Amino acid sequence: MTQLIPPLAAKALSDCAAPPPARVVLRERGQREVFCGLTSIMWLHRKMQDAFFLIVGSRTCAHLMQSAAGVMIFAEPRFATAIIEERDLAGMADINEELNKTVSRLLERRPEIKLLFLVGSCPSEVIKLDLGRAAERLSMTYSPRVRILNYSGSGIETTFTQGEDACLTAMVPELPETDDAGLVVVGALADVVEDPFARIFEAMGIGPVHFFPSKKAGQFPPVGPNTKFLLAQPWLRDTARTLEARGATHLPALFPLGAEGTTHWLKAAADAFGVSAERFSAVTEMPRARATRALARYNDTLAGKSLFCFPDSQLELPLARFLSRELGMTLEEVGTPYLHSVHMADELALLPAGVRISEGQDVDLQLDRCRDARPDITLCGLGLANPLEQEGLTTKWSIELVFTPIQGYEQCGDLAELFARPLNRRTRLAV
Amino acid sequence: MQLTVWTYEGPPHVGAMRIATAMEGLHYVLHAPQGDTYADLLFTMIERRAKRPPVTYTTFEARDLGSDTAEIFKSAARGAYERFRPQAMIVGASCTAELIQDDPGGLTKALDLPIPVIALELPSYSKKENWGASETFYRLVRGLATAQPKAPESRLRRPVCNVLGPTALGFRHRDDVREIAGLLFQLGIDVNVVAPLGATPEDLTRLPAADFNVSLYPEIADVAVRFLEKEFGQPYTKTIPIGVGATNDFIVEVCGLAGIEVPDLSAFASNMPWWSRSVDSNYLTGKRVFIFGDGTHALAAARVAADELAFTVVGLGCYNREFARPVREAAAELGIEALITDDYLEVEAAIARLQPELILGTQMERHIAKRLGIPCAVISAPVHVQDFPARYAPQMGFEGANVLFDTWVHPLIMGLEEHLLGMFREDFEFNDSAGASHLGGHGAAEKVSEAAAASAQAGEGAVAILHWAPEAENELKKIPFFVRGKAKRNTEAFARDQHLDTITVETLYDAKAHHGR
Repeated sequence: MTQLIPPLAAKALSDCAAPPPARVVLRERGQREVFCGLTSIMWLHRKMQDAFFLIVGSRTCAHLMQSAAGVMIFAEPRFATAIIEERDLAGMADINEELNKTVSRLLERRPEIKLLFLVGSCPSEVIKLDLGRAAERLSMTYSPRVRILNYSGSGIETTFTQGEDACLTAMVPELPETDDAGLVVVGALADVVEDPFARIFEAMGIGPVHFFPSKKAGQFPPVGPNTKFLLAQPWLRDTARTLEARGATHLPALFPLGAEGTTHWLKAAADAFGVSAERFSAVTEMPRARATRALARYNDTLAGKSLFCFPDSQLELPLARFLSRELGMTLEEVGTPYLHSVHMADELALLPAGVRISEGQDVDLQLDRCRDARPDITLCGLGLANPLEQEGLTTKWSIELVFTPIQGYEQCGDLAELFARPLNRRTRLAV
Repeated sequence: MQLTVWTYEGPPHVGAMRIATAMEGLHYVLHAPQGDTYADLLFTMIERRAKRPPVTYTTFEARDLGSDTAEIFKSAARGAYERFRPQAMIVGASCTAELIQDDPGGLTKALDLPIPVIALELPSYSKKENWGASETFYRLVRGLATAQPKAPESRLRRPVCNVLGPTALGFRHRDDVREIAGLLFQLGIDVNVVAPLGATPEDLTRLPAADFNVSLYPEIADVAVRFLEKEFGQPYTKTIPIGVGATNDFIVEVCGLAGIEVPDLSAFASNMPWWSRSVDSNYLTGKRVFIFGDGTHALAAARVAADELAFTVVGLGCYNREFARPVREAAAELGIEALITDDYLEVEAAIARLQPELILGTQMERHIAKRLGIPCAVISAPVHVQDFPARYAPQMGFEGANVLFDTWVHPLIMGLEEHLLGMFREDFEFNDSAGASHLGGHGAAEKVSEAAAASAQAGEGAVAILHWAPEAENELKKIPFFVRGKAKRNTEAFARDQHLDTITVETLYDAKAHHGR
């Protein structure tokens, strides 16, 4: 390490280089209080502006989609549900014909759709409705005007953010081929996050840089053996594997949450593209200092406070790393719906020794542990938040973390604010 | 296969959850995959309940399908009993579990739990939320109600009734129960059990001790009260006490069932009749109102709108086909055709076509209203978090009538303001695109409204293309936005009747004279 590497990043890098301590992970099975993969359509349909998501499922799927968003997005959304009815279940020939009709009606109504996803659900999986073949069949009819892909967001296979993983995985074979070198940032990000990242990469001379998924279906990033990719989100196991199968190289790094994570993430790209340490420092110094200043405001509120994370989005480990290392919080338990040990290797290495990590869930047992721990703040889903508040615990809804721009230097303060606000509120209230 | 974006009703197991969550001491074991737990947030977030719904989900996964999902169900049911120790349990399947046919009822029976277990068969691919709630409540009543020794008839004994139908996540159920229980008490009638809201399974066993039943929400209680009538000879009320007139009728009906004299109704005061007769309410006369909701609330709203506010009902409909018949009858009496659909796009098209001045609907219609720039008040489930007010705000009884007056009139532009907007329409601050001065402006909505009206018309098919002369178009713009859509529509209809292909300023005023107001 040279002097030019910032102390925080240097520490992170050296920590990562050390072999990770053996971790005992508590694995539980039981009732899971989590969303299914369909829920990730909530942000995917806003991100990809000429794509449409057609869930082939039940009334429950449609009801989930309108309830889970908390507020309904009434500008006509770019998703809908084809509800399977009793008569569809009578015979499979019939159901495929019904699906053809539904798709044709939809594409007539929404001629601007360029990319249509047929999204599988629990019922469509259980009756073994072959949406892959349906997508092929329909593609023949509607190509080249509309590309039709399929993936499953069913609860029997996917938890919440894994829906995005399945969606992007379905898109990878569609990406154009290239032999040129380039960087792809993988995982849906808010515009206000993408733009500063793009500026930083440009200033470091890294390019071309593509974001995947992109706003338009026509802007698919090209991939090939000289493509390197960074994961912007921690839930992209299958997408990463599929990109690797196309020859692209994953750049392992911390996830870009907090100043330390962002620096480490950017550094992985800088190293892969031969950016000098001087240039890296020059480009990142200012925003990193800004992030540090922004975080300093929250030290009083958050330092020394304890955190308990229920499993939700797979952001839990990177968040816990950020909150413990950059804001001095202590960790009671870090739950995650799924633990990908390779993508999480750097994150795991930076978590304090002895912290309890749990994968999967038996919600009643986990609630017992949470009540015993009496954490200062509990990160949990919407179904648990108010009941825990009633028991006197302070909570932060985890879903807000996937609906809020939290990645990168400029969002560090906002991310800390998400955790500080519930504590602040509890202090202010005198009713 | 039905293509849908938003739905008025959830699946039937959510109806069952509304019953279970309303009650105490009852637990629901639901065979369901991961993700179906989303339904918990309906109660904890939308209704702000401070307790988790008493539901255990089995959370089976794809890999379990090949092995033993039945065993997962049994261990979940056993675990739920041991942890929660309920007085009774209901068991059933969500849509996915219905397909794998594990028979939750039979599996639980094999566990031999020392409490009543009621198995629910809720067909997810043909039935919906209200049906599920109604069926669950009926199964519970049927399974638990047992013949009770009635208190001997005596002149000293007050008549006793049950109040049936209120659930969790119901539109103003909490406040309706308080209002109606208070009214019954004033009439000299005691309440034996309110159910399902706040009742325990043990309470349900005592239902037959009452003289009669008050069915507050037929969508939920109808099947149960019919059963109680047949099995235990308890008559039940048919009037839904929403509005002053209906509340008076309700009082007469319950007094009849209770065998007591109808008291002097003037003792029960509502401000609503006077508020409606007060001269400032004159401007409400003939306001064109579109009503949509569940059958019960839509019917009640139509009566209040027409008889108690002197609105003109231009559209009436419901999303639950089970109540289509009375809604059709009521619509026929009003001289309009009922809209029976659960497709909100059809409702939106009907509203855009009719250009009402006020919409009374569900949260769906509130969003449609926002898009079209039309004032709106919510009268029926489904509703969102803002429709669970902190304050006491019943829909039923005399206080409910006051609430109806306030909430339906509030979104409208007030009478004098309406006139001033018409007179000085080009004032740079005080103009129609600023919207009602006591509400946030909704100037931006006007374009949408006209576009929607245009597209609704385009959808009507082969109508002759009408041309607006530029002066006529300018004149049209001077009409305040909240009546502009209607004026445009009337003028075009008039022009078509007269076989005109160009609309001039003359046509505009001819049409105004023809249609009035």
